[in-house]
Amino acid sequence: MALPKYTETRYRIWHYFYIAICTFVFVFLIAPLFVIFPLSFNAEEFLVFSEGMKNLDPDAFSLRWYKDMVYGTKNPWGLAAKNSFIIAIFATLGSVILGTVAALGLSSRHMPFKGIIMATLISPMIVPLIISGVAIFFFMAKAGLAATHTGIVLAHIILGTPFVVITVTATLSGFDHSVTRAAASLGSNPVNTFMKVTLPLILPGVISGGLFAFVTSFDEVVVVLFLAGLENTTIPIQMWTGLREQLSPTILAVATCLIVLSTLILISAELLRRRSERLRGINR
Amino acid sequence: MSSETKQILTTDGIPLEISLKKAERKNKIKAFLLVAPLLLFLIITYIFPIGEMFTRSIDDKMITNMLPKTFKSMETWDGKELPSEEVFASFLSDFKILVEKKEHGKLAQRLNKEKNGFNTITKKLFRQVKRNKIDETQSIKEQIMKVHKRWRNVEYWQAIKRTAPPYTSAKYLKAMDMYLNEDNKITQVSEDRRIHRILWLRTVEVAFFVTVFCFLMGYPIAHLLATLPMKYSNLLMICVLLPFWTSLLVRTASWMILLQQQGVVNDFFVLIGLVSDDNRPEMMYNKVGTYVAMTQILLPFMVLPLYSVMKTISPSLMRAGKSLGGTPFVAFWKVYFPLTIPGIGAGCLLVFILAIGYYITPALVGGASGTLISNQIAYHMKTTLDWSFASAMGLMLLGGVLVIYWLYNKLVGVDNIKLG
Repeated sequence: MALPKYTETRYRIWHYFYIAICTFVFVFLIAPLFVIFPLSFNAEEFLVFSEGMKNLDPDAFSLRWYKDMVYGTKNPWGLAAKNSFIIAIFATLGSVILGTVAALGLSSRHMPFKGIIMATLISPMIVPLIISGVAIFFFMAKAGLAATHTGIVLAHIILGTPFVVITVTATLSGFDHSVTRAAASLGSNPVNTFMKVTLPLILPGVISGGLFAFVTSFDEVVVVLFLAGLENTTIPIQMWTGLREQLSPTILAVATCLIVLSTLILISAELLRRRSERLRGINR
Repeated sequence: MSSETKQILTTDGIPLEISLKKAERKNKIKAFLLVAPLLLFLIITYIFPIGEMFTRSIDDKMITNMLPKTFKSMETWDGKELPSEEVFASFLSDFKILVEKKEHGKLAQRLNKEKNGFNTITKKLFRQVKRNKIDETQSIKEQIMKVHKRWRNVEYWQAIKRTAPPYTSAKYLKAMDMYLNEDNKITQVSEDRRIHRILWLRTVEVAFFVTVFCFLMGYPIAHLLATLPMKYSNLLMICVLLPFWTSLLVRTASWMILLQQQGVVNDFFVLIGLVSDDNRPEMMYNKVGTYVAMTQILLPFMVLPLYSVMKTISPSLMRAGKSLGGTPFVAFWKVYFPLTIPGIGAGCLLVFILAIGYYITPALVGGASGTLISNQIAYHMKTTLDWSFASAMGLMLLGGVLVIYWLYNKLVGVDNIKLG
C-alpha cells in the first residue's frame, strides 16, 4: 500500500488516517481473544493483571486453574466436555447426511419450488435462536425428549443443517454434471456414482459444512438452556452459568482451550476452502 | 403436402413429447425425494412447533371449558344489568364441578387476570359451596350475591363474559403494553407499567446502531483486505475469521474482563489521562457493554459479505475514474461505492437480523438497562412460565425478522449467502 511520490499532502494524511482506522478495527477484533491467555495463567484468584504479571515475574504465573479444570473436585467440566463432544459429533453426522442429500436434490435443475424450499431449509439459521429454542422445546417436551441427549442432538441437527445445505449447494454450483452422466453411461448405479464420483469431488464442501455444524452444536447455548437437564450439561451451559454467577479463572482456562480448538478448526476450514477452490478450478 | 408436422415417435411408439414429459416428471420426483427427508424433519420438529406457538399464544380454551354452562346461558344476557337467575344457577353448577375436580384455584387465577378482586370472592364462594351452605331450592342468585358484595357488582359478571371466546388477543396486546377494557376497547396500561414498549424500542435501537457501527468499522477493513496483495490479506483475514470461529461465550467472557472497572480498557483510559483513577466509568452492565461486545461479535458477518463483493471489483475501474479527472474521493464515491452496495445490503441485513434476536451477550454484559426483548422471552419461558406470553412475543419478533428475511431474499437471495 505504498503511496506514489506525487501524492498530495491531504491524500497522504487521509491514507494514514485510513490505515490507522483499519489497525484499530483489527485490534478491536482480535485483541479480546488475547487477554484471556495471560490471565488464565494467573497465580491469583483475581481477573486483573497483577503487579507480578506486569513485571513478568515467573511466580505470578501458574497452571493452577488448568489443574482445577481437570482435577477440581466439584468441577463439572469433565462431564460437560464429554456431553459436548458426543452431542456435537452426532449432530454433525446427522446434519451432514441430511444436508448433503438435500443439497443434491436442491442443485438439480429439475427441482420444483426451489426458492421456497431453500428458504425453509435455511430458516433455522435466520430465525432468532430464542424463538427456535421455544419452538424446539415445545416439540421435545411433547415428544418426551426434553432433557435427553437425543433431544439435544435433534435440536442441533435442526440448527446445523442450514450450514451444510449452503456450503454443499455452493460446491455443487461449480460441479460438472457430465461426470455423473459419464459414470451412468458406463453402467454405474446412482448410489455407486455418488460414492465414487460425486462425493470425492464435493467432499471439501461437505466437510466444511460439517465443521460449521460441529461448531454450531459445540457452541450452542440458547436452545440447550431450554432442553438440558442436569445430566445433559454441556461446556457452553457451564460457561454460561459460570459467567452469570462469578467469573472464575477456571473459566478462562476453559476459554483458552476453546480458542485453541477454534484455531484448529479455522486452519482446517481454510485448507479445505483452498482445496475446494482448486478442485473446482480443475473442473471448470 | 399436409401442413401438419408429423408427430415424432420414440422407438416404443409413444409420442416423444409425452415421453419427455414423463422423464421430466421422474426427474422432478427424484430431486424432490432427495430433499424430502430434511424437509419433513424440519416441518415436524421445527416449522410445526412454530405454528404451535401461535395457537398457544391465542389460546384461551381453558376457561371456556371450565364454565361451559355459564357461557351458554350468558349468550342471551345483554351485559348491562346483573344477569338472570339462570346464569347464576349455571355458574354455580359449573363451579361445583370445578370444586370437585379441585380446579377452582385455576379459575380464580384466570379470572383475577381479567379483573382484580376475583381471588377473594371465588375463595369465599368456595367455602360456602364446600360447607353446602347454598340451598338449591331457593334463589341461587340471592345467595351468591350475599357471599360477597362484589358478586352484586355487574362489572365482575361482565369480566366473566369477556373470557368466553376460546381465543384471545390479550397476550399480543400485553406485549404492546395494552389491554382490552370493560367496553372491549383497546387501552394503554398506565404509564409506569409500560415496560414492553421500551424493550421493543431498545431492541430495534440496539440492532440498528450495532449495524451502523459494524458497517462503519467493517467497510474500511473489507476494502483493505480486498485491495491488499494476497499474502498480506490472507494473514489479516485470520483476524476476521478467528473471532468468527471462536465460541460466542468466550468472546463475551473476554469483553467482561476487558470492560470491568479494574479492567484493561479502564486501565488504558487512566494511563492516557482520559479519566482519573478513582473515577473509573462503569462500562459493563449497561448499554455501552452491549454495544461494544455485540459490535465485535457481529463484525465478521459484515466484513465477509462486503469482502466477497469488493473482491470482484476490478482495480482498473478506480484507475479509470481517476484518469478521467476524478479526484480519489470522487472516483471512490461515484465508481467504487455504488458497486459495493449489494455487499452493504447483504452485510447490514445479516447483522441486523442476528442482532435483533440476540440473547446471550445482552444477558451477560447488558445489566438491567441493556437487556433486549429476547431476554424478556427467556424470562417468561423459564421464570414466570407464562409460555403463551413468551410465544406471543416470540412470534412478534419473528414477524419482524421474516420481513427482513424476505427483503434479504429479494435483494441478495438466500442461496448467495457466503460463509467464510
